[in-house]
Amino acid sequence: MKKPDPQPPKWATSFLRWYCRPRLLEDLEGDLYEYFLRNVREKGPGRARFVYMLDVIKFLRPYTIRKIELLTFITHFMMIGSYFKTSRRNLVRNKLFSFINIVGLAVSMSVGLLVIAIVNDLRSYDDFHEKKDRIYRVITRHQDDGQPPMDLASSSVRVAQRLGGDVPGIEDFTIIRNGFSGDAKVGQNTFPLEGTYADQSFFKVLTFPLIAGNPATALKEPYSLVLTEKTALKLFGNTHVLGQTVRFDTLDYQVTGVAKDVPHLSHIRFDALISFATAYATFGKKDEGFDNWDNVWSNYIYVTLPKSGNTAGIQRAFNQVSKEENKALYRKKVTLSLQPLKDIALGGKLSNNTGPRMTPLMLWILGGLAFVIILSACFNYTNLSVARSLRRSREVGVRKIIGARGSHVLGQFMAESVMIAFLALLFSFGLYLFLRREFLALDPHIPEIFTLGLSVRSVLCFVALAAFTGLAAGFLPAVFFSKINALSVMKDASGIKIFKHIGLRRVLIVAQYALSLIFIATTLVGYSQYKGFLNFDLGFNTENILNIKLRGKDAAALKKELAEIPGVKQVSQSSMVTSLGSIYGFTMKYQPGAASPGNAPMAGDSALVWMNMVDENYLPIHQHQLLAGKNFTLRPEKGKESEIIVNQQVLKRLNIAGRDPQKALGQVVEVDGQKLAIVGVLKDFHYGTMENKIEPVMFRYSKSETWGYLNLQIASKDVESTMVKIESAWKRFDPVHPLKANFYDQQIEEAYSEFSMMVKTIGFLAFLAICIASLGLFGMVVFTTETKLKEISIRKVLGASEPGLIYLLCRGFITLLAIAALIALPATYLLFDKVILARFAYHQPIGVAELLGGTLAVMLLALVMIGSQTAKAARSNPARVLKSD
Amino acid sequence: MKGTNLGEFEELVLLTIAALGTEAYSVAICDELERYTGRSAKLGVVHAVLNRLEEKGLAKSHLGDASATRGGKRKRFYEVSHAGKVALTRAKELREAIWRNIPGFNLEGSI
Repeated sequence: MKKPDPQPPKWATSFLRWYCRPRLLEDLEGDLYEYFLRNVREKGPGRARFVYMLDVIKFLRPYTIRKIELLTFITHFMMIGSYFKTSRRNLVRNKLFSFINIVGLAVSMSVGLLVIAIVNDLRSYDDFHEKKDRIYRVITRHQDDGQPPMDLASSSVRVAQRLGGDVPGIEDFTIIRNGFSGDAKVGQNTFPLEGTYADQSFFKVLTFPLIAGNPATALKEPYSLVLTEKTALKLFGNTHVLGQTVRFDTLDYQVTGVAKDVPHLSHIRFDALISFATAYATFGKKDEGFDNWDNVWSNYIYVTLPKSGNTAGIQRAFNQVSKEENKALYRKKVTLSLQPLKDIALGGKLSNNTGPRMTPLMLWILGGLAFVIILSACFNYTNLSVARSLRRSREVGVRKIIGARGSHVLGQFMAESVMIAFLALLFSFGLYLFLRREFLALDPHIPEIFTLGLSVRSVLCFVALAAFTGLAAGFLPAVFFSKINALSVMKDASGIKIFKHIGLRRVLIVAQYALSLIFIATTLVGYSQYKGFLNFDLGFNTENILNIKLRGKDAAALKKELAEIPGVKQVSQSSMVTSLGSIYGFTMKYQPGAASPGNAPMAGDSALVWMNMVDENYLPIHQHQLLAGKNFTLRPEKGKESEIIVNQQVLKRLNIAGRDPQKALGQVVEVDGQKLAIVGVLKDFHYGTMENKIEPVMFRYSKSETWGYLNLQIASKDVESTMVKIESAWKRFDPVHPLKANFYDQQIEEAYSEFSMMVKTIGFLAFLAICIASLGLFGMVVFTTETKLKEISIRKVLGASEPGLIYLLCRGFITLLAIAALIALPATYLLFDKVILARFAYHQPIGVAELLGGTLAVMLLALVMIGSQTAKAARSNPARVLKSD
Repeated sequence: MKGTNLGEFEELVLLTIAALGTEAYSVAICDELERYTGRSAKLGVVHAVLNRLEEKGLAKSHLGDASATRGGKRKRFYEVSHAGKVALTRAKELREAIWRNIPGFNLEGSI
């Protein structure tokens, strides 16, 4: 066969036809074609096509572009009533398909609404400040020579001192400092209170209205205190407290103002403000490093720019100031920059940040998941609409014959899908209200960060989402309908090629199912991994251990009292709770031979070793295994210890006694200036979380850790009454602070709560994705069997068996599901293997059972659906079906 | 009026239309211009100029018969209108008037 002549690219011609004025179009198209033929001869078809394309684009000029045809445009508006009517009739006539479409869209859009509400909340953070567009935070980059830099949200007191004189272009600035904490005494009552230090321009820069007191002077004098309404009510029972005094420790503070409660969406939150002068007066004067340039850890500085100000000049001044100040630093550099207020909640990662923060990446992931779910529902709509086109093609034919153009039909079907999307929006809003409640209850931290309230902006976004979803869902069917040839439809409706787009529909179904399977497999594997973390053998016992946090009081008396409670078996004490993610370490030095004075000391080695300060009961309660040696025997006072217990990793890292636990006993190491002899060697255990490898750990002895924990071993029966007794003992011991006691296992669960949240979220999405995909598949099966009913009947008459017919009908769908599974399972495996679990040093192997389990369940569900429908069709009476024609 | 002025390229195109007689359509004009000037004449440029000439009333156009060579698309043939002829003549006279006033002009030594 002769190869067809080369033709110019179709899309370019369509594009030309679309934009070009009708008067110029014909001859221009001819001209370009003539040139195209000439180029094919001279330069070859590829080059000719390229030139043609370029030419089409080059001809896009003011004089060639068509004017908007007002009439076509107006017709759309006039026809909306008619579109509405036909759409409504169609919805009512095909209840099953309407149900699938509306439910699918509603469910998926509710997730979209939630994501919109989350993004909206984060974007509305700190919106209440009057000068929000002009407020900047001074942020710091701290870099030791030869180490990667650290970006901090905090800066130093020195910066505030330099801001006053050396940085032009600043309207105002204020400095705040975290870390005020004490027991407030009012009359006979004592309340624990945490506050923020702030200087006198605080209320000038930031908008926190006072209901009493003068904002200009409230934070001027030392020992001034501004309470929020809530705190004032807590301390005094009313808010008319101006001039009252509150006693902290030995000092009296005067209440100089009462502020309105801090709005929920604020990155600065406080219960009380203490004048910054107080910080100077109480500890700043004594601490020589207080206003050092490199003391950048606990102060936050906010500046406002004048209305027409810009940041460039300030940055230059910052660079100058940093240069001057860095001269005094040894081997390190501290530089400053400005961060706009609105970037704080939605910006990059900074250490020492205050308030919630979410990286844009996280938002993209969230948005992406919602997008995938909505897309899945749109696929359903597209699939079902195209599949049902046979039923509506006559309507389109009549419209076209009466005079509708392609663009009118396109508009009609787009309008219809948008209408359906809006209908779905109503349902999805109800679902969203339910989802919101569930989301806020997912984790106790979430309600602190989000309010998820409705605002004009969020409602507009909701409507936009519905419109957009409608357009996306309706686009392909609308294009399909607009291309229908009116004449051939009217002559013979069955002539329309409904199976022309079968390839597209197959792809859509495979994509839907692959996504659903990825979601479900992720959920199951994630859940089993999470369970694995909780039940992981940490190398010590965590069962029935209750950890009580101490608040700065020596707990000897409490310990004695607790030990007498019958449900409490043993009590020990530790400075921290291991395996939850917090770490605390010291450098350990070891010089071989230092123990026996006869030998000359050799060059020593040192390493950072994680530490926990414990008493003699700690090891037995937690059932740590001693490989050699024994528990602490001496009971020394603080600072006079001579014993230390280490794990195997310490021997390995410092190469003590050839790593032999027995020989390591008695070796002396130096920690924090103290010489300590190893009295015991522990089997390795997990000090950090599963993300870290097992590292060197030491236990040192301490009789009393006033800020540490009591570890109670509780008898497993009648825990409740034991808890009541513990509570009352605590009340007698420390009436100010509430009891904070948690079971070790629960604390471990909390340490991995991020993981459980993820599993819950993905699990929920999996559920939705499967629902939507199943609905879509169901619709397709119903449709296919309906269209093939006649074929089935004839086959049956000719002698086909029922199982054979069912197989015939199912075959196509089952192949699609198999392809989806083949895509989804390896994808999930790689996702876990390379991305999620790569973070963890220790984890369970990825279970094949979990991977396959979800898939099988989904397949089974799909098979039941396909099977039931096809069986119904196969069992139908051929006589009845064929009679009607 | 600003629009009635004849630019140099416009003049060339208009002359070419006149020279081609009944065969003056865009592609042929381009080819002919190329032949005269030795430079390539881009369709985009010529098409825009033709359009402008027609707007100014210096040229007229009509669609010809369909032919298979152009994918079934008709050609648009141009001819010089009366106003176009006047403009061309005026431009020629203007030049000649100036030429006449140049004393002793010759090309000696410059080529």
